[in-house]
Formats: sequence, C-alpha cells, structure tokens
Amino acid sequence: MNKRKASRVQSYMETDLSAKSTGKLSPDVKAKIGQQLRAMYNDVVSQGVPDRFTEILRRLDEEPPEQVVSSNKDEEGSNVPQ
Amino acid sequence: MSPNKDVRDAMLAAVPSLRAFAISLCGNVDRADDLVQEALLRAWANLDSFEPGTNMSAWLFTILRNLFRSEYRKRRREVEDADGSYAETLTSLPNQTSHLEVGEFRRALEMLPPDQRESLILVGASGFSYEEAAQICGCAVGTIKSRVNRARGRLADILSIESADDFGPDHETRAVVGSSWPRS
Repeated sequence: MNKRKASRVQSYMETDLSAKSTGKLSPDVKAKIGQQLRAMYNDVVSQGVPDRFTEILRRLDEEPPEQVVSSNKDEEGSNVPQ
Repeated sequence: MSPNKDVRDAMLAAVPSLRAFAISLCGNVDRADDLVQEALLRAWANLDSFEPGTNMSAWLFTILRNLFRSEYRKRRREVEDADGSYAETLTSLPNQTSHLEVGEFRRALEMLPPDQRESLILVGASGFSYEEAAQICGCAVGTIKSRVNRARGRLADILSIESADDFGPDHETRAVVGSSWPRS
C-alpha cells in the first residue's frame, strides 16, 4: 500500500513521463476497463437533460447574450468579449 | 431556423455528456450541474469565439474544463464527496452494472491523478479522439496518449485485473452498455 501511495505521488510529479506500465495490458483488460468506464459514464448520460438546463437554454434563446451575462455574472461580465 | 436555435440545440445535446464529465471532475452531482450551467452561460456569452463547423461538444468541454480548473479545483478538498450524491445517482438508475462493481471502479478512478483521470474519461468514455482530447486539455497528443496508458495501467493495478474474467459486467450487461453507448 505504501509503495502504491508513493507511486501515486510520483505520477503526480511525472505526469508527462512515459509510464512503466505502458503497453503491458492485454486487449482484454483494456476492453474491461473501457466497459466499466462507459457504464459509469453512461449512468449519468442516460439521465438525459435535467429540466433546469432545458429552461436555462430556452431563456438564453430569448435573451441577447449581453443581458444574460450581466444578470448572472456581475463580476465577470466586464471580462467577457462582446 | 435561427442560428441561435441551432447553437442552443447543439448545447442541449451536449448536456448529458457534459454532466457526466463534470461529475467525473468534481465527484459531486450538484456542483457538477452548477459547473455545467456556468459553462453553458460562458459559452453563450462567447459564441463569437466558436468557429462554425468545428466540434461544438469539444468546445463546450474545453470551457467546462477551464472553469473547473480555475474555480472549482481549490474547493474540492473542502467538499469532497466520498460516498455522497454521486453514489446516490448511480444507485437510482436501473439496469446497470452491479452497484458494488461500479462503486469499486469509481473509487479506483478517483485514486488516479486528475490529469490521467480526465484524459481517460475524455478518450475512453466521452468518445473523443486523442486529438480532440489534446485540444480540450491544451496539451500535446502524445501527452494524452501517455496519460491514458498510465491511467489504464494504474486502474488495472488498483483493481488487480489480470484477465478479462477478473471483474466487469456480465455478457448481458455488456450488450446493453455496448448498444446504448453514444459515440460523438
């Protein structure tokens, strides 16, 4: 466990260096990881679009972008182009 | 048909995947939804910087990721959601890989360095190409490839997967997941 922790810290520091584990995985294992990943991700995707987003986007379509920005993002409005 | 409606429809279509990505970034559904909302507003306010004909989804992911990096990352430690709303979301859904299994995988994923995790999600789950993921993360294609490989290696290590039979959905689940998975 300590070794694992240490290697995790190391990977933070050497994110862009090539991995010692690279290339060792069989296609089977890669496929399994991919399946798990997509299953997890797809659990959220399959929820569709929550009402709040439909409503937000509907409002956006009715209002000019400037108004939306100034009413929702007072501090940042001045930084946004246009 | 107004250009605004086209853009709005494209944004709407991207929301489910944006939410999934945001949740993977911050590990909390409520905060992820706030992040998605903020990204949509930001995108709308900066429509001029979107090049028509390019990938709207990748553009939105880029904005969301930048927002997360600049505003949300610092707060993560304060409001870490170890077994909270994300888990609840997962267990509220029917017809999925066993909860235990998903929970175990999610915890393993959270052990990865953030750079590796987001690269793996973008390529392995969101369906982006290495090139698109590199664009979203603002780094070289080779960096993304390296991170994805390292992420897979770490996950296999953490979960002690040595063969395909060690874990994962049964064939029935695989068929369901495979058929319903949207490619962008």
